Amino acid sequence: MEIIQIVGIGLMAAVFVVLLREERPEMALQISIIAGTIVFLLMLNKIASALSLLQNMAARANIDFIFLNTILKIIGIAYVAEFGAQICRDAGSSSIATKIEFAAKIIIMLLSIPILMAVLELLLKILP
Amino acid sequence: MDVDVLFKIAGIGIVISILSKVLDEAGRKEQAQMTTLVGVVIVLMMVIQLISRLFDNVKSMFHLY
Repeated sequence: MEIIQIVGIGLMAAVFVVLLREERPEMALQISIIAGTIVFLLMLNKIASALSLLQNMAARANIDFIFLNTILKIIGIAYVAEFGAQICRDAGSSSIATKIEFAAKIIIMLLSIPILMAVLELLLKILP
Repeated sequence: MDVDVLFKIAGIGIVISILSKVLDEAGRKEQAQMTTLVGVVIVLMMVIQLISRLFDNVKSMFHLY
């Protein structure tokens, strides 16, 4: 029952954030960062096993590894960018959060260009 | 366990806020400010360590090199 542990951590972190918000807003922000990090670190093993299962299936289906790696990279970038953007938004500076999301979108677009080119080449091969 | 860090930071925050209040009441504004700064730096050190661990894990897991 790991979910109870995680809910407990979240509730405790929320109580501490509310307690410290008016006195020390910077500490409250850091507590929320730590809570998010701890929850992710607790989920790490499960994510790793899910990813290895996905890679096994891709290897069995003879899918090119470049595609799966690109998708994994995109998921990682999206997660990290979302983490940072949420924290910036919590801290009240939503303009910085918007810029982080913008940068993440640009990087994801750049990463997805090889897949797009592969699709286009396939299309050109199919068309007479 | 990782959860200790959360309690540590909350404790440091409470102690620092009490200390700075006491120092403020005693008329030592500058020392109160210094205490606040030191507390923020100490907590930032812990947060940075944990965040670097998080980012290393994300990097190795999602093949972001």
